[in-house]
Amino acid sequence: MFKQKNYLALGAVVLVAVVLLSLPTRATSRLKLAVSSWFLPLFGLASAGQQLPIDLADNVLPRRELLHQIDVLRRENQQLKSQAVQNAAVSRENDQLHTLLGWQRTVPWKLKLANVVMRDPANWWRTVQIDLGSRDGIQTNQPVLTTEGLIGRISSVSYLNSQVVLIGDRACRVSAIIENSTHDMGIVSASGPLDHSLVELGYLASSANLKPGQSVLTSGLGGVFPKGIPIGRIVSAQSIEYGLATEATVKLNANLGALEQVWVLIK
Amino acid sequence: MNFFKPVLILGFAFLAVFGEAVLVAPRQLLGAQVDLLPVLMVYAALNADIVTVSLLAVLGGMWFDSLSANPLGVTILPLMAVGFPVYLQRDLILRGLPFAQLVLGAAASAIVPALTLLILLNGGRQPLVGWGSLWQWIVMTAGGAAAAPVVFALFEWFSHAFGYKLRTEVSFRLDREIHRGRK
Repeated sequence: MFKQKNYLALGAVVLVAVVLLSLPTRATSRLKLAVSSWFLPLFGLASAGQQLPIDLADNVLPRRELLHQIDVLRRENQQLKSQAVQNAAVSRENDQLHTLLGWQRTVPWKLKLANVVMRDPANWWRTVQIDLGSRDGIQTNQPVLTTEGLIGRISSVSYLNSQVVLIGDRACRVSAIIENSTHDMGIVSASGPLDHSLVELGYLASSANLKPGQSVLTSGLGGVFPKGIPIGRIVSAQSIEYGLATEATVKLNANLGALEQVWVLIK
Repeated sequence: MNFFKPVLILGFAFLAVFGEAVLVAPRQLLGAQVDLLPVLMVYAALNADIVTVSLLAVLGGMWFDSLSANPLGVTILPLMAVGFPVYLQRDLILRGLPFAQLVLGAAASAIVPALTLLILLNGGRQPLVGWGSLWQWIVMTAGGAAAAPVVFALFEWFSHAFGYKLRTEVSFRLDREIHRGRK
């Protein structure tokens, strides 16, 4: 009934799949990056296509609107300048106190702006690709954030682009601290596959004093994420494991569903 | 040999994977991304040869996995698991009927992600699976069902517009011609 050629083809496909799945992790990741690089020309075209309407819109913007925008930006600039002066004074004071107490100074972080070029086509992972790679000094485990807050960390790097695993994926757990009187600490972990804006905050003490609206920040423990990056706000908290622990639901500050530009923290 | 159809199928698969990675609207509107590779596999299994079916499973799977956090090669087997049985039974399938295309598209779009998740979970990976995955699975199945007749119609149009048919053999042969009269 079945021809031998069909079986040979089936055997070849199964063999290829088994060989690929059995390759060492390093070889697989290199092969993966090589295959994904086939799409680079298309990503270039797609980003050019996205930029075109923006350029066109800029060209047809009325003069009055442009003048209004300049006025708003000028005022914002003045406010930021005055804030910068205040911050510089606080920073100097901070440095003096650090010197007096003999504390180690915090190493400043550099930020690199990246464009999100694609999302994971599979529904069971939460990753995005950005247009910065090892050429730009990107390394694995560097934190990635937006102006609203933390969004994830770099999981793999190629020469031209990198993969970012987002908060909410099981591969991205973050040690977090809650801004309350007891400074409760927990681990931000995965949530459901549908809602990208909510994550679970687990491993909290049963006596944790949680209230909706409290801010959740990175604790700095674990060595991947620096301390103090905003993650989100507590939405609800419930007692679990027969009252032995507490779990909270956190609404992320950053909108993971509409990421366009992100910042990578580089040491 | 007519290479048009395999090239068309593989080219479409490449663009489909790219589109799934770039387009965010289905994810924002429906909560899930619709995968067109299973539908393409059904089309290839019904209308192309076994080499094209195998190439689509291998290349399509690798393209999909390369842009995803999936381990490379994990999507190859589910695609082939759909394509091979359809290919073997294709003489019994009324491939021209939109209803048959719809049912096959739905079945393929349901089986491929389910098998992929099964392989991932068996391999010790931790994909995001929960009750919400059921909704995503329904969206993928319905999306595949809706896309199947469209994909079939599109490929038929392309084949008619750009492809060529093999020359059919005729019974007349010059060497068997009966010459009447004396030479």
